[in-house]
Amino acid sequence: MPDLYGEAMRFLTALALIWTTAAAGALAATGQPIDGALGFQPAVTPIMERVNDFHNILLWIIIPITLFVMGLLLWVMIRYNRKANPNPSKNSHNTLLEVVWTAVPVLILVVISVFSFPLLYFQDEIPEADFTIKATGYQWYWGYEYPDHEVDEYVSNMIADEDLEEGQLRNLSVDLPVVVPVGATVRLQVTAADVIHNWAMPAFGTKMDAIPGRINEAWFRVDEAGTYYGQCSELCGIRHAFMPIEVHAVPRDVFDAWIAAKAEDPYSDAANAIIAEYSAARDTRLAQLD
Amino acid sequence: MSADAATHDDHTPSMWDWRRWVLSTNHKDIGTMYLVFAIFAGIIGGALSGMMRLELMEPGLQFFTGDETFWGSVFGNEHNYNVATTMHGLIMIFFMVMPAMIGGFGNWFVPLMIGAPDMAFPRMNNISFWLLPASFVLALMSMFVPGAGGDMGFGGGWVLYPPLATSGHNGPAMDLLILSLHIAGISSILGAINFITTIFNMRAPGMTLHKMPLFVWSVLVTVFLLLLSMPVLAGALTMLLTDRNFGTAFFDPAGGGDPVMYQHLFWFFGHPEVYILILPGFGIISHIVSTFSKKPVFGYLGMAYAMVAIGFIGFIVWAHHMYTVGMPVDLKAYFIAATMVIAVPTGIKIFSWIATMWGGSIEFRTPMMWAIGFIFLFTVGGVTGVVLANAGVDQSLHDTYYVVAHFHYVLSLGAVFAIFAGWYYWFEKIFGVKYNSILARLQFLFFFVGANVIFFPQHFLGLQGMPRRYVDYPDGFAFWNEISTYGYFIMLVGMVLFFLVLIDAMIRRRKADANPWGEGATTLEWTLSSPPPFHQFNELPKIK
Repeated sequence: MPDLYGEAMRFLTALALIWTTAAAGALAATGQPIDGALGFQPAVTPIMERVNDFHNILLWIIIPITLFVMGLLLWVMIRYNRKANPNPSKNSHNTLLEVVWTAVPVLILVVISVFSFPLLYFQDEIPEADFTIKATGYQWYWGYEYPDHEVDEYVSNMIADEDLEEGQLRNLSVDLPVVVPVGATVRLQVTAADVIHNWAMPAFGTKMDAIPGRINEAWFRVDEAGTYYGQCSELCGIRHAFMPIEVHAVPRDVFDAWIAAKAEDPYSDAANAIIAEYSAARDTRLAQLD
Repeated sequence: MSADAATHDDHTPSMWDWRRWVLSTNHKDIGTMYLVFAIFAGIIGGALSGMMRLELMEPGLQFFTGDETFWGSVFGNEHNYNVATTMHGLIMIFFMVMPAMIGGFGNWFVPLMIGAPDMAFPRMNNISFWLLPASFVLALMSMFVPGAGGDMGFGGGWVLYPPLATSGHNGPAMDLLILSLHIAGISSILGAINFITTIFNMRAPGMTLHKMPLFVWSVLVTVFLLLLSMPVLAGALTMLLTDRNFGTAFFDPAGGGDPVMYQHLFWFFGHPEVYILILPGFGIISHIVSTFSKKPVFGYLGMAYAMVAIGFIGFIVWAHHMYTVGMPVDLKAYFIAATMVIAVPTGIKIFSWIATMWGGSIEFRTPMMWAIGFIFLFTVGGVTGVVLANAGVDQSLHDTYYVVAHFHYVLSLGAVFAIFAGWYYWFEKIFGVKYNSILARLQFLFFFVGANVIFFPQHFLGLQGMPRRYVDYPDGFAFWNEISTYGYFIMLVGMVLFFLVLIDAMIRRRKADANPWGEGATTLEWTLSSPPPFHQFNELPKIK
């Protein structure tokens, strides 16, 4: 059996961690799951910000409803148990009450839909995009093309546990990430070559099925520089859990240098070096800020 | 009726006569066989979930390692993990919840509650049951024949999406599974026909539809859903079968087909299916709440038609399972609206249960504890359903553990709690012996705490972005996964207690009363002895 004291301490530590990360503006924590966290990953795109806001509204609706039902149950259990109320009433109708508990939920749902539909259309209608990235799902890795920049497809594989380097994340880091400029509106085209996959990025609020024979579109605009991780989100076979997605949002000049190198050769070492150099410099800067 | 019952009791064949069971045409014997079958299947389905929770207790691969270690050779590799998730889902749905609720309680109590001597088609009832073990054997066999590559079993999820279920699994495991589900589907359709005929034609004189007990209403709605949705599943499965074996391309884009078409067909079945799982539970809970509050059900007609409404709307919301396949935005808007409407009749049910208790004189007997637990947990699962109905948020939550938490709150804590509520409500009626209510309440306690510890943290994992059906996860998901696995151990204690209750009742054999619950239990089954005579209602009861 587990060490209960140790567990309790770990629980408290995790809670403390959540609160401190929330307080610190979650600088170091964007783009990846945080152990013990309770809510969404911090939003870095307009879509995810709205998802987050809408979800907060929903929480303000569903938590009171749940507490209300729990309160009613507790009340009837205390007030109308056999000891407190030995003689049951035979009342089994109350038209007004029945109308109320039909009408009030309808009103609540109308309120929800007032917020829900604008979000849906905002997500689904793709604005004027700066460029397109095409992601293709394979068993079990992703292939990426930048057709507007004439970058041919390169494949992006998960880093195996034994090859992980300092700062890389197990089951999340890949060898050749997606790179986008901060602030650019990106049109994402998703398809698959064998079975259905799903290109999902929690911090962006993006999740799009990659289906053989069709091309699905989504969009995102990353407003914060950083490295973001996502994972395949449609069961695709034995290595479903091991085809993650890594996106670097970098300043425009870094992106331009990177994409120029990629256009020469999609597997260019120079392109990797540009990103590595930028990331190292950024990490140093962030360390100084701390 | 006592003299009458006694003479007929003499005709009861011996427990140990195999013909009594294999050739049974008696709705009560068949109901008992369904219940035993469901318990057996539940053990296997539960063991599979234990394998998953063990693996997920810590990040990294510890059990499904696929290597030469002890666990690797018992559990297999990552593919076998996918097989475990797939078979856990299929077994719990088709071989545990459905047989327990419809086959078990439905067979036992629909005829008793409507004052009928038996089901309308007793021989068909027999074949409905005996198709299930055949189907189950095929499903179990599929786990031990090649599925994908050289790996055993089908690991494409209970939804069986192509192309993973066609070109993605080249071995015979998937074909066995298709055959298994075809047979289970035939069993369900035959059962549905039987129930519809029984309920429409064999009610005792004076029992109009609007006087029918709510459990019978719930089964009536359920079997209509079965009758209308199962053929769609059968069609989709047949197309999978021909795509796999006979060169058709219904779901293969290379031949002009469409994988998304399969998803539409599947969920046209699959969404009604989830109501098939929970609706009989609604009926059971209504009776229990009314019995132990010593009050008639509040808003009887509203309760009955809320179930009809849920059944109807259940057929027009299927694509909310598919918000991420790239549907047109207006279509998604429609499915959001239709889906949220379900919250209204569901709310009516929750509030009516509470109103039934309001003003009552509540006794907290074992079934009532399960029923109150059900009402609260189903509410939790219901409100997260409203969250998921919104495609905008579902974009973030689709295929994450949030969804897993949601449907386990309505099924594992909803349907399963309703089954245990019904089990302890009717146990004495079915078996003719009393059970140890202290042990049974302890079981409730362990189940309630355990299930919440398993599934509540999964909401957090889902919000953080942890995808479903993952054998291994990034280290950032470790904490809540570990908590969740502890919950499984707590629930396991509850499961042991369930069997202790059974063993205790079997050893002590305390004679049951005809009506252990007193004045609150008003339906016809309580007018009969416990267990009821082998053939009941030779003279039909008259309903005022």
